[in-house]
Amino acid sequence: MTAKFSLGYFLPAILTIVLAWVFWSYLGEIKDGKSIQDLPSALIDKPAPTFKLPGISAGDKGFDSADLKGRVALVNVWASWCPPCRVEHPLLMQMAREGIPIFGINYKDKPDAAMRFLTELGNPYQAIGADRSGRVAIDWGVYGYPETYVIDAKGHIRYRHVGPIMPHDLAEKIRPLIKALGK
Amino acid sequence: MKRLVLLGFVIAAVIAASPVKAVEPNEILEDPKLEQRARALSKDLRCVVCQNQSIDDSNASLARDLRVVVRERLQAGDTDKQIIDFVVARYGEFVLLNPRVNARTYLLWGGPALVLIFGILGLVFWFRRRGKIANDGLSPEEEKRLAELLGQTGTEGSDK
Repeated sequence: MTAKFSLGYFLPAILTIVLAWVFWSYLGEIKDGKSIQDLPSALIDKPAPTFKLPGISAGDKGFDSADLKGRVALVNVWASWCPPCRVEHPLLMQMAREGIPIFGINYKDKPDAAMRFLTELGNPYQAIGADRSGRVAIDWGVYGYPETYVIDAKGHIRYRHVGPIMPHDLAEKIRPLIKALGK
Repeated sequence: MKRLVLLGFVIAAVIAASPVKAVEPNEILEDPKLEQRARALSKDLRCVVCQNQSIDDSNASLARDLRVVVRERLQAGDTDKQIIDFVVARYGEFVLLNPRVNARTYLLWGGPALVLIFGILGLVFWFRRRGKIANDGLSPEEEKRLAELLGQTGTEGSDK
């Protein structure tokens, strides 16, 4: 029998390569080697939701989505009952000292607990809105706490970080993005 | 015997325990029709906290909030599609437990059909080739070799 060249012999190999490529490209969507549970935000490059939240205590000025227009800013969703929020807090304080505007959405928190958190660890926020029902957080597509959004000068959401900000997230993602957007 | 009875009891208890749903009594709408739509919608929406449960099944507080949102919008007169779009606009298509057919999901939906087509094609080729080999007959060399072998058995037979 003569060993004739046949595409059929290569079919399994071709199929395997094609499938591997498909799976690999889907894996590529799982951004920067983080957990597959980190979902991309549905709101990337879209305007931030419109809302008006009262402050934590009666008489505080609260957080209006109109505050976000005009400059690059961070929006941080936090709660005093959320341990990872404590972990990232020093980094928020550091960014606030550098003059990066940070706005807070205080998610389903008790006013006195939230105030205690800020007195104890410092307040990095220019304004804080108290989202007691969690409805505004749903508008943002929040599903884990803390979450941090980078908003450009037009008020569009450019990046979402789920979970506590770690020094390398700040160095590799958030700072370069703020710098690029600020130009 | 005692053990057997106990085992039977445990099995019966497991079978009898209906799946406990996460929907709380105070969430249920008065209008049974709307409530039915709410249940159907929430069964198709993924709880993004637990990710492998629907918001209908999940006890996560976000799932509860979304169940309430779904019911509020139903009461406000939204269509099923409007409600699904509302959730997708915030959480992305990942929340759909029944994914939409679009460019990103062609492979997902078409995959089983593709596998079936490849399987049928494979079988067709296999049977064709088998049929061909069986009908081809023998090559001249094979005929010669066969004749030799048959001749040998023939001589052996005549020795008897």
